[in-house]
Amino acid sequence: MSSNNFLSLFSSSIGKKVIMAVTGLFICLFLVVHVAGNFQLFKADSGLAFNKYAVLMTTNPFIKTISYILYLTIIIHAIRGLMIEFENRKARPVRYAKYDGNANSKWASRNMGILGTILLVFIVVHMHDFWYNYKFGHTPYTLYKTELATGKMTEAKDMGPDFKMGSKMEEMLAGDYKYVIVKDLYKEVKEEFKQLWWVLFYVVCMGAVSFHLYHGFRSGFQSLGLNNRRYNNIFQSIGTWIFAIIIPASFAAMPLYFYFNQ
Amino acid sequence: MNITLKVWRQKNSKERGRFETYHVKDVSADMSFLEMFDVLNEDLITEGKEPIAFDHDCREGICGMCSMYINGRPHGPLQGVTTCQLHMRSFKDGDTIVVEPWRAAAFPVIKDLAVDRSSFDRIMAAGGFVSVNTGNAQDANSILIPKTDADLAFESAACIGCGACVAACKNSSAMLFVSAKVSQLALLPQGQVERHERVISMVNQMDEEGFGSCTNTGACEAECPKNISVENIARLNREYLSAKIAK
Repeated sequence: MSSNNFLSLFSSSIGKKVIMAVTGLFICLFLVVHVAGNFQLFKADSGLAFNKYAVLMTTNPFIKTISYILYLTIIIHAIRGLMIEFENRKARPVRYAKYDGNANSKWASRNMGILGTILLVFIVVHMHDFWYNYKFGHTPYTLYKTELATGKMTEAKDMGPDFKMGSKMEEMLAGDYKYVIVKDLYKEVKEEFKQLWWVLFYVVCMGAVSFHLYHGFRSGFQSLGLNNRRYNNIFQSIGTWIFAIIIPASFAAMPLYFYFNQ
Repeated sequence: MNITLKVWRQKNSKERGRFETYHVKDVSADMSFLEMFDVLNEDLITEGKEPIAFDHDCREGICGMCSMYINGRPHGPLQGVTTCQLHMRSFKDGDTIVVEPWRAAAFPVIKDLAVDRSSFDRIMAAGGFVSVNTGNAQDANSILIPKTDADLAFESAACIGCGACVAACKNSSAMLFVSAKVSQLALLPQGQVERHERVISMVNQMDEEGFGSCTNTGACEAECPKNISVENIARLNREYLSAKIAK
């Protein structure tokens, strides 16, 4: 019987949930790394640490492999999620005239499709602004001069729009100084968040992240069958405090930081 | 008390339905919600009109027949009760109450407020039983079952199959019903032999009937008249995953 083979698992109603859970939780894991790395934006070094980090993230073969797995994961999560949304609408062809959803469930849990769609739009815009422009656009280079004896960065010089280089980063030693020429993603971030409407867009989208993960993180464990009275409070607390509050608030603080520190 | 009812009227499964407004006067606060419908129907019959079709049987909350969606919630505003256990004292004089049938592709309307829930029967027929003849009741403790397992199985077995979980779910998912029926056997030794086949067959049947996929909103658990927990759904997911991997 073909419906009993292992692969048919993924087309069943439970298999769909498993796909959403596994991909969703993997994306949650990525967010932890992403927010931790981005904290370097707050470092007062004109972006040297952040730019070096950007080079590492886009050149290391192991990290690059994980990145491509992540992009695929996001695509699967989005497509499968949208399909579930439309399939589920078909399961109720006639809507209720009076419906009191708040009486029995939380708003976020009922609106994962809308929240997810907002996040998909956000990811496309975000990837275009920083990933695409960094990889294929005209991200400028900056020269950082660091004193070797003290390790202090003494000068950051814009190399101008016409400067081109074969690699993303070159380091050289001369006298008492270390010079680093690196693609300046930090500058792109800084420029983008001088504009109020970009800041608002990012902050609103982080609100969507918060609601999406408030339901999504805990829900992922339930879908995988991990509902245990001993651990439920831990899953819910991590989902609420780390994924619905700390992570979105930290991300939202980044555009606000640049907007108010012009 | 005087009540205004907006009730869904639909001649048969083919016709498009519509809401009709009825004014029920001198309703006693001690009447059950169904008794109020009985009074209304008697009035309608006296006036020579078609009475409202609705499902009911035991009227003591154990048969699972009554199925009204009242003011946006299955079985009305109270928790842990069926419509027959809901009394008019839960409403105020002058209230307007909207009454609809369960809405789901897998629960087509037969007439007015009565829906066809035979999709649940087909899910049960697909595997919600033990195939061997178990004979007479055995001596107590001849099969040892841990108390915690017995209690959990009993809680799952409390499901009366009314379909409120499907009605409450924004996805019309039958996951709570199926999970309770799978759990009551998966937790007991008698259910072990057919454990894998059972969960696969029942989930396949559930999907074929056109119920939606669970998105863990928890609305089913909140509206279940028997307080069946979504822990059962997690157990169903585990049972199904391990059956698929083992098979």
